[in-house]
Amino acid sequence: MIDIILAILSTIGALAIFFASLGILRMPDFYLRLSVTVKAATLGVGLLLLCAAILFPDISVTTKAIAITFFLIITSPIAAHMIARAAYFTGTPLWKGTIIDELAGMYNKDTHTLESDPQEKKEDFTPETDQIADTEDETK
Amino acid sequence: MNLAAYFDYFILPILAVSVILVFIRLVKGPRVVDRVIALDLIITIGIGIITVFTIRSHQKVLLDVAIILALIAFLGTIAFSYYIEKQNND
Repeated sequence: MIDIILAILSTIGALAIFFASLGILRMPDFYLRLSVTVKAATLGVGLLLLCAAILFPDISVTTKAIAITFFLIITSPIAAHMIARAAYFTGTPLWKGTIIDELAGMYNKDTHTLESDPQEKKEDFTPETDQIADTEDETK
Repeated sequence: MNLAAYFDYFILPILAVSVILVFIRLVKGPRVVDRVIALDLIITIGIGIITVFTIRSHQKVLLDVAIILALIAFLGTIAFSYYIEKQNND
């Protein structure tokens, strides 16, 4: 009975990690790759650690597994947010099929702060100057 | 088929193929931020591989390595994003 539970949990975990790696290879631009990988990889590693916690009848392994899972759940969204912010500042293009870029013109490039009032948005964005890519090859 | 063979012949090959797929993105990634998240994902998958290897070899101390790797992955991504944001493109 325990074996069946462990097999199911580890299968779901390994497949989640596999889909995360397929996503980082196949998704069309950086932001989509980021949004796929962070969540799926955290889920997969968490399920594999849960397998280890069930299998070992030992309090130290359970504590370490819970610690790693908690640490990943706390830190990976922060890391993803910071790297996406840095990518947007350095001008990483969005996919060419992107419908709307709500951050366009909202970031102050000098002070690196976010202007949160949509009324003060600078309206000097034309299809030539925005960050949405014009061809597939820019983001591939 | 018992659980040990299942871990050896199904779970670990899937994780190995995943690392190879992410490594393709690490090599070809058009920008440096793509490489940063690819490296982060490789370390995260490494934590999973260490966990499966812990289960198969019954060596409980290997989980300590996984804790340190999780810490290093987070600090590396934060440091990379800090310096990428501060860099001067002139």
